[in-house]
Amino acid sequence: MATDFSKLVSLDPDEVVTHSLVRDVTLPSGKVLALVTLDNGRDHTRPNTLGPNTLLELKGVLEGLRDRAAKKEIAAVGITGKPYILAAGADLSKVDQMADRETGVLMAKLGHATLGMLSELGVPSFCFINGLALGGGTEIALNATYRTVDSSIPALALPEVFLGLIPGWGGAWLLPNLIGIENALEVIISNPLKNNRTLKGSQVLELGIADAMFGPATFLEDSLRWADGVLGGKIKVKRKNEPGKLERAVKWDVAIGIAEKTLKSRIGEVAKSPYRALALLKAAKNTDKATGFAAEDDALADLIAGDQFRASIYAFNLVQKRAKKPAGAPDKALARPVNKVGVIGAGLMATQFALLFLRRLQVPVVITDLDQERVDKGVAGIRSEVDELLANGRIDSDEAGKLRGLISGTTDKADFADCDWVIEAVFEEVGVKQQVFAEVEQHIAEDAILATNTSSLSVDEIGSKLKHPERLVGFHFFNPVAVMPLIEVVNAKKTGDIALSTAMVTAEKLRKNAVITTDSPGFVVNRLLAKLLGEAMHAVEQGTPFETVVEAQKPFGFPMDPFVLLELVGLTVGAHVLDTHHTTFPERFFESKALHELADYGHILEKDGKGKVTGYDKKALEIVAKHRPADATPLSADELRIRIEDGLADEIHRMLEDGVVAAAEDIDLCMILGAGWPFQMGGATPYLDRVGASQRAFGDTFHHPPIRGVE
Amino acid sequence: MAEAADVVFVDGVRTPFGRAGEKGQYWDTRADDLIVKAMIGLLERNPNLPKDRVDDVAIAATTQTGDQGLTLGRTAAILAGLPLSVPGYAIDRMCAGAMTSVTTIAGAIAFGAYDIGIAGGVEHMGRHPMGTGADPNPRFLAEKLVSPDALNMGITAERLHDRFPELTKERSDRFSMLSQQKVAAAYAAGKIQPDLVPVAIRSASGWGLATQDEGMRPETTMDGLADLKTPFRPHGRVTAGNASPLTDGATVSLLASADAAKQLGLGVKMRMVSFGFAGVEPEVMGIGPIPSTEKALKRAGLTIGDIGAFELNEAFAVQVLSFLDHFGIDDEDPRVNPWGGAIAIGHPLAASGVRLMTQLAAQFAERPDVRYGLTAMCVGLGQGGSVIWENPAWTPGSGKGAK
Repeated sequence: MATDFSKLVSLDPDEVVTHSLVRDVTLPSGKVLALVTLDNGRDHTRPNTLGPNTLLELKGVLEGLRDRAAKKEIAAVGITGKPYILAAGADLSKVDQMADRETGVLMAKLGHATLGMLSELGVPSFCFINGLALGGGTEIALNATYRTVDSSIPALALPEVFLGLIPGWGGAWLLPNLIGIENALEVIISNPLKNNRTLKGSQVLELGIADAMFGPATFLEDSLRWADGVLGGKIKVKRKNEPGKLERAVKWDVAIGIAEKTLKSRIGEVAKSPYRALALLKAAKNTDKATGFAAEDDALADLIAGDQFRASIYAFNLVQKRAKKPAGAPDKALARPVNKVGVIGAGLMATQFALLFLRRLQVPVVITDLDQERVDKGVAGIRSEVDELLANGRIDSDEAGKLRGLISGTTDKADFADCDWVIEAVFEEVGVKQQVFAEVEQHIAEDAILATNTSSLSVDEIGSKLKHPERLVGFHFFNPVAVMPLIEVVNAKKTGDIALSTAMVTAEKLRKNAVITTDSPGFVVNRLLAKLLGEAMHAVEQGTPFETVVEAQKPFGFPMDPFVLLELVGLTVGAHVLDTHHTTFPERFFESKALHELADYGHILEKDGKGKVTGYDKKALEIVAKHRPADATPLSADELRIRIEDGLADEIHRMLEDGVVAAAEDIDLCMILGAGWPFQMGGATPYLDRVGASQRAFGDTFHHPPIRGVE
Repeated sequence: MAEAADVVFVDGVRTPFGRAGEKGQYWDTRADDLIVKAMIGLLERNPNLPKDRVDDVAIAATTQTGDQGLTLGRTAAILAGLPLSVPGYAIDRMCAGAMTSVTTIAGAIAFGAYDIGIAGGVEHMGRHPMGTGADPNPRFLAEKLVSPDALNMGITAERLHDRFPELTKERSDRFSMLSQQKVAAAYAAGKIQPDLVPVAIRSASGWGLATQDEGMRPETTMDGLADLKTPFRPHGRVTAGNASPLTDGATVSLLASADAAKQLGLGVKMRMVSFGFAGVEPEVMGIGPIPSTEKALKRAGLTIGDIGAFELNEAFAVQVLSFLDHFGIDDEDPRVNPWGGAIAIGHPLAASGVRLMTQLAAQFAERPDVRYGLTAMCVGLGQGGSVIWENPAWTPGSGKGAK
């Protein structure tokens, strides 16, 4: 019974403790409810978190209330948070320093021992979800007897699976038994994998997580009155989604089966946490609470001790913290105010830029092209996008009117005269880009900034004909522009600090994450993808079956295999990227003649009527076979995997030696945000360290100590 | 043409009152949140009222800055969930703020411009101590228009003792002790609580719920009162025991034309008969309710003898006693503040007027023998305000008040 948690507590002597404050509240009926307020004494920018000391304090408080309940001093216990926050979950700041699996077990057990008390007080408990509730915060609510939710909460979620964990303080067992298996699968597994989707107050009510919802102005007053009604029997709580016998007998296993199939096809089988969560949800069908909680202890301890969780936390911190303070960014005060934007080009990419600048910067945007017809088409396209935003309710009619008024088109580059920022999206050829910038430079102010979206050309070369090359900066977006969060900001040799700072500040205003790179081939994302795709194409040209190539890269857990990726970016673009890298680094990067011919042919994959991939196109296979050299040697899956791993490790090592980016962290950030490489890999380098590729490639690791588990 | 209408008091509620200052229950609660919670409570109690039928919202505060600034009537209306089509404004007549909100809205209803209005007031004296940020015109002093003493309410109360030597400290203390006892009895009998809207409050020990007035001292004795310091004058007569305490709180009422109330099925607790405001020398502001009441009676065609129930704001005991003496009413007349008053409950300046009305309305419901009631109060800088109400539950011939 009495577990010793001291090992856990000693992990963080500086824990920001969320205190459990208690006040008695006399309800209208005269009954007394002891109200626990979770409050770490900081403002809302430092949410309540649940570390070991926090849990021990709450446990002690709840034990005291259990005694008071036994003495009939209180009729109920309530628990709520400081303004805007219930709790943002377990304090994970020191979890990556746990030395062994046993400490992880302690963390799981302490959570269960504490939160579990909410159902063992001898009187009913009520959680008033007054604000943000994530992970352990949500599990506080789930462990209570009843729940109310504020209609204005910013988010409630169980994001554990997103971080490589499972809801292990009761969530995995309690939730399906409260809201049914399908809803629980959505909250625990689907939502975290959909870019960490969260729930609003109305969804919390609708799913049956909360029993009642009240508005924010009098949330606590109304919740207390409601609790009084429940205690007095005047309010009967009905839970429409609570699983019945039929659901357990029939629906449960079917839903688990479907979820498993969907998971496998969506993310493969590398990531462990979704499958552990799935197993727990499956077992929750007919196990009792104690068994369910014990299974959570096991799963949580295993995952905390594992490689994937450590890499996920590393990745999470990159995305949450490093991305917001980009390495090497000059003083923001140097940035030029951007009060008018010029876009050279009126094609698809250019109009995507124009729309993004328009929406985020809310300044005049002028687009230009060679003839009036293209310009008119571009402007009309942007205006219709604005109409669509209006129709979808994303913006109101006043804003739509404003945006329509801010966009204009011209064929006369003199109209760029008062632009502070001009970005080009013209054909990917140095001469063309040099020419359009030279033309624009005649008209714009001395200090206006020029940006190029080149993905493969040298920024310095593009700027070599400029009178003021220091004003040119690379600004490389990823497709689709509106969705992809990364911009590679290229700090070319001639790029000045003012241009660089303006680019960084502008990227932030566009709500993108910018990483600064040098003016080097492919920058970061395309260089590493070129490595990967080059190896894949080389392998098939060498007679390795496509299936073996796909098999070889499975252990990474990439979001898609190389051939699906090639079709997504376009085979022509893919072939071009391989060529560029091969030209610069012929000894390390493969070009692919086969890919050029495949590009002419049109596709690699064979798809059914609905666009589902059914295999490889027969003609495509023939084309590849045609390019097989006489001395071809097919690779086994393992051989190819090691080639890819070592190749990536070597390339990243070189990039860091050359200072392409400031640190390995920036490489990982780029791969996560620009290529969707998974959290469980930590982007790239934690994975390469833990599989031994770094050692093999350059006799060391990227991280010291390497980011890995203690299993 | 707008058509003149009868004005009725449909309902009134208030927050429990809190002691002003760091130890008070509302120290960590915003003033605007107090009035918003009171308004939500009022709207919830009157579900028959379509919110978009509210024609205007008048909310008073004396110190209109910070969380009591920004045109309280408008901001509170938005925060309380009234439709954006409902306008609002702020009122200031110091202690008679809420009373003036009521008479101003009533004027618009009576004229026929409005059907429905919300009127109330709030004062967070902890966050906004009396006179904060005031910058009195130097002419007041240079031309001897207003003595600096007139800006200190305690000193004006001492001056009433000087002017009316028959108003002794002993009389003031006794009146105050009885006020405490009457409030305690009213609480025990459950007279006060029905019109209170509980307020969730933050404190160093977490969230709590304010459900009753915080300043009450039912244990008050004459001996205890005799020993208190006289902070406004050495060997003076005014003490913390025979004055209203510094208080935080909000009150709000729903007013309607008689026709609109009938049409919407709203209850009618009181009918407005007349009102009056009057000015007196600022140095003796406490006597302000005497001329304002005389004005209101005259307009109503009534005499003081027609009034069957009095709700007089107890800013200071001496100031209420000056009123009673003037009209020849006994200190312990049972018609006067039967459930006690501001000395025990507290006096959050611009909020108090509607508390008087809410309490009078509750007495009307119990007293079909009473036809007319008076709510009256003194106001800083030498003013008084009075409103005369008729009891819709009055049954002719049932007793006092029948003309």
